[in-house]
Amino acid sequence: VRGITGCGGYLPYRRLDLEEVGAVAGGGGRRGQRAVASFDEDATTMAVEAARVALRSAGPVELRSLWYTTVAPPYQDRTNANGIHAVLRMARTAAAYDVVGSVRSGFASLRSALTSTGPALAVSSDLRVGWPGGPDEAYFGDGAGALILADESDMPVIAEIVAWQSVSDEFLDRWRPPGEACSKVWEERFGEARYADAGIEALEGAMKQAGIDAGRIDRFLVTGTHGRAVKAVGSRSGVSLDPVVGDLAQRSGVTGCAHPYILLTAVLEQAAPDELIVLVGLADGAEVIVLHTTAAVSGWRPARPLAAQLDGGAPISYGRYLAWRGVLPIEPPRRPEPARVSASAAGRSTDWKFGLVGSRAGDGGVNMPPAIGDPEHQPMADAMGTVKTFTVDRLSYTPSPPMVFAVVDFDGGGRMPVELTDVDAGEVGVGDRVEMVFRRLSTADGIHNYFWKARPVRGRRAS
Amino acid sequence: VASHGISDRVAVIGMSCTRFAEQWSKGVDELIVEAAEGAFASAGISRQDVDAYWLGTAQSGMSGLMLSRPLRVNGKPVTRVENYCASGSEAFRQAAYAVASGAYDVAVAVGAEKLKDSGYQGANAFPIPGDGTNRTVTAAAMYSMIVPAYAQRYGLEVADVKQALARIAAKNHHNGSRNPRAQFRREMTVEQLLAQPRVAGELSVFDCAGVADGGAAAVLVRAEDAGRYTDRPLYVKALSLVVGDGGGVTDPDYDFTTFPEVVASAREAYRQAGITDPRRAFAMAEVHDCFTPTEMILMEDLGFSERGAAWKEIIDGVFDLDGELPVNPDGGLKSFGHPVGASGLRMMFEAWLQLRGEAPVERSIAASGRTLALTQNLGGYPGEMVSFVSILGTEPS
Repeated sequence: VRGITGCGGYLPYRRLDLEEVGAVAGGGGRRGQRAVASFDEDATTMAVEAARVALRSAGPVELRSLWYTTVAPPYQDRTNANGIHAVLRMARTAAAYDVVGSVRSGFASLRSALTSTGPALAVSSDLRVGWPGGPDEAYFGDGAGALILADESDMPVIAEIVAWQSVSDEFLDRWRPPGEACSKVWEERFGEARYADAGIEALEGAMKQAGIDAGRIDRFLVTGTHGRAVKAVGSRSGVSLDPVVGDLAQRSGVTGCAHPYILLTAVLEQAAPDELIVLVGLADGAEVIVLHTTAAVSGWRPARPLAAQLDGGAPISYGRYLAWRGVLPIEPPRRPEPARVSASAAGRSTDWKFGLVGSRAGDGGVNMPPAIGDPEHQPMADAMGTVKTFTVDRLSYTPSPPMVFAVVDFDGGGRMPVELTDVDAGEVGVGDRVEMVFRRLSTADGIHNYFWKARPVRGRRAS
Repeated sequence: VASHGISDRVAVIGMSCTRFAEQWSKGVDELIVEAAEGAFASAGISRQDVDAYWLGTAQSGMSGLMLSRPLRVNGKPVTRVENYCASGSEAFRQAAYAVASGAYDVAVAVGAEKLKDSGYQGANAFPIPGDGTNRTVTAAAMYSMIVPAYAQRYGLEVADVKQALARIAAKNHHNGSRNPRAQFRREMTVEQLLAQPRVAGELSVFDCAGVADGGAAAVLVRAEDAGRYTDRPLYVKALSLVVGDGGGVTDPDYDFTTFPEVVASAREAYRQAGITDPRRAFAMAEVHDCFTPTEMILMEDLGFSERGAAWKEIIDGVFDLDGELPVNPDGGLKSFGHPVGASGLRMMFEAWLQLRGEAPVERSIAASGRTLALTQNLGGYPGEMVSFVSILGTEPS
C-alpha cells in the first residue's frame, strides 16, 4: 500500500489585513487576511520550509525523488527543485524535478510522487500576486505544502489514496503571459459553469472508482482559482464542505497550486483513523482524490501545525506589501547593490550554502562555515540558537530596512553572526531563541542568492 | 619569540599629510603626489634621492604603478600593499624593514585613499567573487555590538556607555576643530551628540569615522644616517602587526568587549620598546577610533585603563587634550576623517608634529618630559581583525 506518510504546510509570517486595501486602491479587499511572503521569500524558500516541516513529521526517510510545483518559479530554464534537493541534503542519485507553470501542476507532482518508486516528496508552493484592488489580490495568499508518499513497507502510511479522477477541459478562464506579474480572467460566470460541470463529473468518477457514495464522506475539501466555482461544486455535490476550508481561505487566502497540499495537511492534522477525505481541485478541469486514513494517523504528529501558524503571524501594511511584491517600486537603498553570486564559488560550497552544514573540530568546537581540515561534518539547519548580542543596522543594503542582525550561539556549539528575519526591530532581545530558515538574500544579474537567516521562536527567551 | 624588532635602527626624517576632506577636485593621483612631495620637502630631499617606495591603499587602485605613474618615478621598486584599514601602517612597516635590512638607504611610505568617487555615502568594500554567504552587515553595525556587550559585562546601563561614547566624539571633535587638515572642524557637545538619531545599534553617524579623501607620507632612513638630513628625527622604537585567525566571529567564548589582536600587538610593541607602564609612558597616543566604542575598548586593550574602567576615565577627561594621556590630539578618525590607506601614516604625522613641538599651539600637548608616542591602527571587525602598533620617539636609546 502506498500513501501519505507525512505532510507539512507553511504559511509565511506576515498577514495583510485586506480591509486596508480599499483606502489605497479605491476598492477591492475583503474582510479577513491573506498570508504574505516576506521580501526575502520566494516560492522555492517557502517550499523548503514546507518540506522541512513534512520531513520532521515523518521521521527519518531516504527520499528517492522530489517533485516541485510552483506557478511562480524563481528561475526558468533551470531546475528550481535542485535548490530544495540541496537544502534537504537528498542523495545525489535522488531525482529532483520541476512541474511548474500552472496551478493544476500541483496535482501532477502529487501524482508523480504517488506513482514513482521509493519514498517521494511532492512539494507545491505559490506566491500569488494580483492587481492592486482586484479580486485576485484579496482571494489569494502565499504559502506552500509538502506531502511525503511512500510504501507501507518503508514507513507507516497515514492516508491511502484510494481513487483519483481527472477531467481535462480546454476553456479560457484565467491566463497570464510569461513575464507578467498578474493574471487576467474571463467573465466569471463562464468559468463557473464549466468548472462546476468538470468538478461534478470528476467527483462522480472518483466515487465510482472508490465504490462509495457521498454519505460516506467524512471530510470534503474543494479548492480552486475560481471562488464562485468552488462554492458551486460544494452546493451541487450535496456534501457539506469541511469547515477547515472556509476558515483557511479567510485567514491565509487561497494559496494557488499549494492549496490542495495545505488543505490535505490541515485535515490530516485533525483526522482520526478510518476517515474518508475527498479533495476536489478546480484548475483547467478538475482533479478529485479520495483518501482513507489508516490507524497510523493517530500516532502521527504534525511538526508545525497549520492551526498554530494561522494563529501566529504579524501584520504588514498594504504599502510595504506592495513594495515587497514590486508592485509599488520604492527607491532602492542608496548603497551599492550586492554583487552577483559566483556560480563556481557557490558550486564548491553547496553543503554550507544550501545545507547549512558546518564542521566539528577535533576539540569538539563547531565551525560555521566549515573549516578546512576538520574531521566531521556538522549539520546545523535544525539546531536552535540563542541571541548573544544584536544590532539594528540602518546603513546596510537590504530591500526592507532596517536589517536586524544578531550573533547567535547554537545549542550544542557553534556561533554564527546572522541576519534575523520575520522580526520587527523593536522586539529583539539578548537571550531570544531562534531557529534557522532558508531565504533569498538578494538577486543580482538574475541570480538569486539563497542562504540562511535566523527567525525568532516567539515566546521563548533563555533565562 | 622570534620577533626581534628594529628598535632604534630606523629614523623618520620627513613627513607630510594632506588635508582630509571630500576632495571633489582631487583624485588619488593628486593625493599621492601631494603627500609624496610634501614628505620630500619635509625631509629636504628630492625624488631622485628615494631608493624604494611602499604605497598603502585599501581599494583606490592596484600595483606600484598607482604611485610611479602620477609621481613619474621610473625604474624604481614600488610596491602597493593592502591590509584593510591598516594599509598605511603596513606601507610604513615595509619601508622601515627595507631600510633596516640595508637593502635601501632611503625609503618612502605613502598612504592614500580616494573614497568619495563611489557615488555612495560611507565606505564600501570592493566586491570579490564569492558564494554569497558572507555577512552583509556594515562595519558600524558590527562595532555597535560592543555597546550592549560592554554594558552587560561590567553591569552598566547602556546610557552610561553612551555617555562615554559621546564624550569620545566630543573630545575628538574638540581636537579636530583645532586642526586645519581635519575633515570636521565643528565642536560638538555631549548633549548634541546624544541627541543624534541612531543608525546602527546605539550608534549615530557621529559615532562613526569621517569618510574622507586624503594622503600621508613618511621618509625613512637608517638611524645612523638621520643626522645628515635633520637634527630632529623620530626613531622607530617598535613596530608590531598581529592578525587574528578570524575565530572570534564564530567563537562562542568571544564576548565583544576586547580585541585580542590589539592586546597581542600592544604586548609585542611594549616588549620591543621596553614599556612597562603604558599609561604613563607616552606623551600622546593616536588610536583607531573608527567608531567611538572602538576607542573605548582600545583604552583597555592598550593598557591605558584597567578592564571595565575606560568608560569612566573617558568621562573623567583622562584622555583629553589637556588630560593625563592625550588620545587622538589631531581629532582622530572621527574628526580628522578616515581615508583608509592614509590613516596609519596620518597618526604618525601627529606624533611627528607633537613630539617635535610643531603642532599648532591650540592643540599642542604638554609632553611633560615624555618623548614617546604610540599609534594604533586596525582593520577588520570585532573577532576578525588586523592590528598594528608603532612606538616612535625623539631620543635614541
